[in-house]
Amino acid sequence: MIDLPRVVITGIGLTSPNGNSLAEYRKNLLAGVSGVQPYEIRYFGKTLAGICDFDALRYQKRKEVRRGTRAGSIAVFCANETLADAGIDLETRDRNRVGIYIGTTEHGNVETEAEVFNISQYGYDCSYWSHHHNPRTVANNPAGEVTLNLGIGGPAYCLGGACAAGNLGLIQGMQMLQLGQVDLALAGGVSESIHTFGIFASFNAQGALATHADPTKASRPFDTARNGIVVAEGGALYTLERLDDALARGARIYGEVVGHSVNSDATDFVLPDSDGQNRCMRLALESAGIEPGEIDVLSTHATSTPSGDTVECRAVREVFGDEPRVHVNNTKSFIGHAMGAAGALELAGNLPSFEDGVVHATINVDDLDPECDLRGLVLNEPRRIGEVEHVMNMSFGMLGINSAVVVKKYHRG
Amino acid sequence: MTPEEVVVAIKDIIQTIAPDEEVDGLDMNERLRDQIELDSMDFLDIVMELRKLYGVQVPEEDYKELGTLQGCVDYLGPKLADKELHCASRA
Repeated sequence: MIDLPRVVITGIGLTSPNGNSLAEYRKNLLAGVSGVQPYEIRYFGKTLAGICDFDALRYQKRKEVRRGTRAGSIAVFCANETLADAGIDLETRDRNRVGIYIGTTEHGNVETEAEVFNISQYGYDCSYWSHHHNPRTVANNPAGEVTLNLGIGGPAYCLGGACAAGNLGLIQGMQMLQLGQVDLALAGGVSESIHTFGIFASFNAQGALATHADPTKASRPFDTARNGIVVAEGGALYTLERLDDALARGARIYGEVVGHSVNSDATDFVLPDSDGQNRCMRLALESAGIEPGEIDVLSTHATSTPSGDTVECRAVREVFGDEPRVHVNNTKSFIGHAMGAAGALELAGNLPSFEDGVVHATINVDDLDPECDLRGLVLNEPRRIGEVEHVMNMSFGMLGINSAVVVKKYHRG
Repeated sequence: MTPEEVVVAIKDIIQTIAPDEEVDGLDMNERLRDQIELDSMDFLDIVMELRKLYGVQVPEEDYKELGTLQGCVDYLGPKLADKELHCASRA
């Protein structure tokens, strides 16, 4: 086993449909406040979405917002917020030693659809196609916009990992710190997906888009009446540092990233696979050097689709069985599926459990599906469980990509 | 469009493209890029807005004619003479 430096989380910047800071987000997760609202988008029409209301102009000029992308604005907001939260002033740092690693489910659909609509207003004359299209749609756009905003000169790029991407950003940031390539990593995931009609139309065509008379009840993982995904936007970026660096500057430490894994089902374009998810969870536990029974909070990926939740619950049951310490929850029931940001946001909402000993619930479960009746499921109301030592966060995506991260409470001294 | 309206039209486009800039006090003869923050991408936006709003095509070799407000009036005046003023920022 290679002896790699330990990596800790020292800052969190986020925007979620139900909060624009960790404190607001956590408060609403504990209070059962949803961020899902009625929404309407070109061509597709009326639907539901998790919509963020952060102030983009807090860190960007109006021209930068106009020129860039929504994903770029989300990333810039989260990057500035995470640095402020970590108490880091880049003026005192070598900006060439700062890296940015942002997971995205997809990027470019929003901007391409907008340009096609734009030229449709001019008889599809391509001379009306914007010169901004390429810089807006390149896969590194969100990370690149952060470098421009903060003058960061280190390695900065995005990781395309479908809905497993939020964990990928975190894992990449950790590895770059361990390899000594950077001294500071801003890592996580972002999503602008609610601004592409295609994602709604495609989920709808697949029979996987949620509907409900009450928007706040539409995302209901594990409920018998669940009928699909609520698409959401958002982002979360973590400040990651090597433990020694964090200790040297007296940083507050949210937790230590002790385990992770990424694997592939290799079975289907869309359908998840219990075996692949099972392997992913076991690999993450193995890399953390712990047993399943040592996980206190298990943050599920469940998206509120009839088949996806069942498949995931089977995998969780196989790995964790009846372990008494494991508590299971789900964040999408509050905010919908934030795609590339999902993994990063879902982990963030659970990290305060290290301090308050409370597990936030899975809301909207009125009639628990027997196939999703996992031991330790925290339903509808948060539960105080006392000391929390390990949080495990799972994120899965299309084409069979699975990711898991294990974060451990940091004990000083 | 009168020459005065051409100035209004150009200032309005600039305001849309560079919303953080103050355009009211722009000097007619000083280079626009020396007065406000405008880069080459912004300049392409100006040309695009002229095309969209007024159907005016500005070939690349003529971009230099649009360096100042007075240059815009001189170059665009004849092309916009029979066009109605639109204000993009208020559209």
